[in-house]
Amino acid sequence: MSAVFDVLNLKKAFSGLTVTNDVSLSMAPGDRVALIGPNGAGKTTFVNLVTGNLRPDSGEVRLNGETVTKFDAIGRVRRGLVRSFQVTRLFQEMTPAEHVALAILQRDGRAGKMFGNFLSMPDVMDEASVLLATLGLRDLMHRKVSEIAYGQQRLLEIAMALALKPKVLLLDEPAAGVPQSDTGRIEQALADLPADLAVLMIEHDMDLVFRFAKRVIVLAAGTIIFDGSPADVTKDAAVREAYLGSYANASHAA
Amino acid sequence: MNNETVATNTRQSRTIGRDLIGIGAIIAAAVVGYLLFPDNLALLTRIIAIALLVLSLDLVTGYCGVATLGHAALFGSGAYAAGIAAAHYGITNPLLMTIAGILGGAIAGLICGVIILRAHGLPQLVLSISLIYLFHEFANKASSWTGGSDGLSGISPDLLFGVYEFDLWGQTAYIFGVVLLLTVFVLLRFLVRSPFGMLCRGIKEDPLRIMAMGASPKIALIKMYVISGAVAGVGGALNAISTQVVGLDSLSFTQSAEALVMLVLGGTGSLFGALMGTVVFMLFEDYVSAANPFHWLTMVGVLLIAVVLFAPKGLYGTAAGFIARRLEKRI
Ligand SMILES: Nc1ncnc2c1ncn2[C@@H]1O[C@H](COP(=O)(O)OP(=O)(O)O)[C@@H](O)[C@H]1O
Ligand SMILES: [Mg+2]
Repeated sequence: MSAVFDVLNLKKAFSGLTVTNDVSLSMAPGDRVALIGPNGAGKTTFVNLVTGNLRPDSGEVRLNGETVTKFDAIGRVRRGLVRSFQVTRLFQEMTPAEHVALAILQRDGRAGKMFGNFLSMPDVMDEASVLLATLGLRDLMHRKVSEIAYGQQRLLEIAMALALKPKVLLLDEPAAGVPQSDTGRIEQALADLPADLAVLMIEHDMDLVFRFAKRVIVLAAGTIIFDGSPADVTKDAAVREAYLGSYANASHAA
Repeated sequence: MNNETVATNTRQSRTIGRDLIGIGAIIAAAVVGYLLFPDNLALLTRIIAIALLVLSLDLVTGYCGVATLGHAALFGSGAYAAGIAAAHYGITNPLLMTIAGILGGAIAGLICGVIILRAHGLPQLVLSISLIYLFHEFANKASSWTGGSDGLSGISPDLLFGVYEFDLWGQTAYIFGVVLLLTVFVLLRFLVRSPFGMLCRGIKEDPLRIMAMGASPKIALIKMYVISGAVAGVGGALNAISTQVVGLDSLSFTQSAEALVMLVLGGTGSLFGALMGTVVFMLFEDYVSAANPFHWLTMVGVLLIAVVLFAPKGLYGTAAGFIARRLEKRI
């Protein structure tokens, strides 16, 4: 299948420190890729470069063959490149229904409408409640976000991303900060992602990675040191070395 | 699904109920004001004009999080636009003058928005202050149009609908003002609940998140600034029509700062808060400045410190929170 997402020779340095070093990868619709690597390897930076939140020093990003590096972050989202955040960024005073409705309206170019309440837009409300139901959030859809559990907030991040109907979804540690008891629900949500969506997930929980991904990419010091099947990744000497080195130095998890 | 629909319906009827309460409260306040101060309708009309300015400020500050100490630029531009239309172009129909005020305010809103939104935080505040001084100085220098420091006079509005005269008693101006305020209030209630209003609330909290949804915070905020300018322009036009002069003070830093004080006093991010803050501040100012002309500013200062310390959500925000808690307890 032809690629929906290409990254070509992406490079980025912060005041001399190279954080992304000539990274290239390609994904097809339906791909399930996990991006792993020790703390500080440059995973979040990579996502920021791809989405346009950071400007690369060189290199290109393509969506469906179209070079999108020239577009800003907003332009890339509108072309189907959507991300979630490592730490949830939700609107505390709004409800899940409002979050998802806003995303739906934005996707359809209706978020600028100045009349009408989304509660009285049946198409929007139906789509929002179906989506929230698939993530187990329907009962909470009219609660304020500040009143719902963190695991549910993480699910809402996924719901918002899905409401935008992306072609490529970048998930930055979707289970970070969620108590062990709630990760099952997130894993289920990941398993239920649309089949034709290309998903790149950054994750530390190796159990989750192995169950989710068909392909694992390992980033260390800004360079891809492994790109292959989950079965091979633990056997790889370079990967082991990178992790051992980093765990010797790292004082906290990313 | 049924439960969902019921929940949605009750939510909708609750917001409509609040709209009706709001309209009723404005009308009741207008009637009470009329009965209490029949000889001072000019003050009440001025309160309405300033309330429109504070509502307009609430749109960009309360709903969108833009820091500005120059919002009277929009109000004053509306006042001058209405005044100049009447004094120089013979457009003396009060409705057309109001439209001139709306256009003047909206254009000023566009200019201010484009400039102020280039910065954030403190630099944004400084830009807004620079703008109000520039507007003020411009109006001062263009004295052949604006009357400069003498003010713009020669504004004599026609009879409203050809029947009601804008006379010395100010009855027509007052009722005209109440109707304008009600109209604006209803339109803004729609606006803040619309998808666009929700988008703006999102921008206030986290613009980066809004961008990750593919929406442009910049464009939304500029739109809001234009709307805000139109609302302030209605207030400016009302002031020009009712007082029949426009002075440089309508375009001043002091007026801008006072509007912000009124908004904080009433509570940002709610239309009721903006209205309540204006009424309390202006009645307090009127009463205290008459009772004690030397220390009234001190008293305003003390009132404000008390509100900020003991009711940080403003008078309305605090009162609404208190009532909501009481209701919860009863259930
Ligand atoms: N804006 C920045 N300025 C300077 N250094 C940065 C910036 N963002 C990230 N870094 C550095 O880049 C490296 C990679 O960070 P990051 O991409 O967050 O890693 P990861 O997500 O893999 O843990 C770290 O050493 C970090 O300190
Ligand atoms: Mg990270």
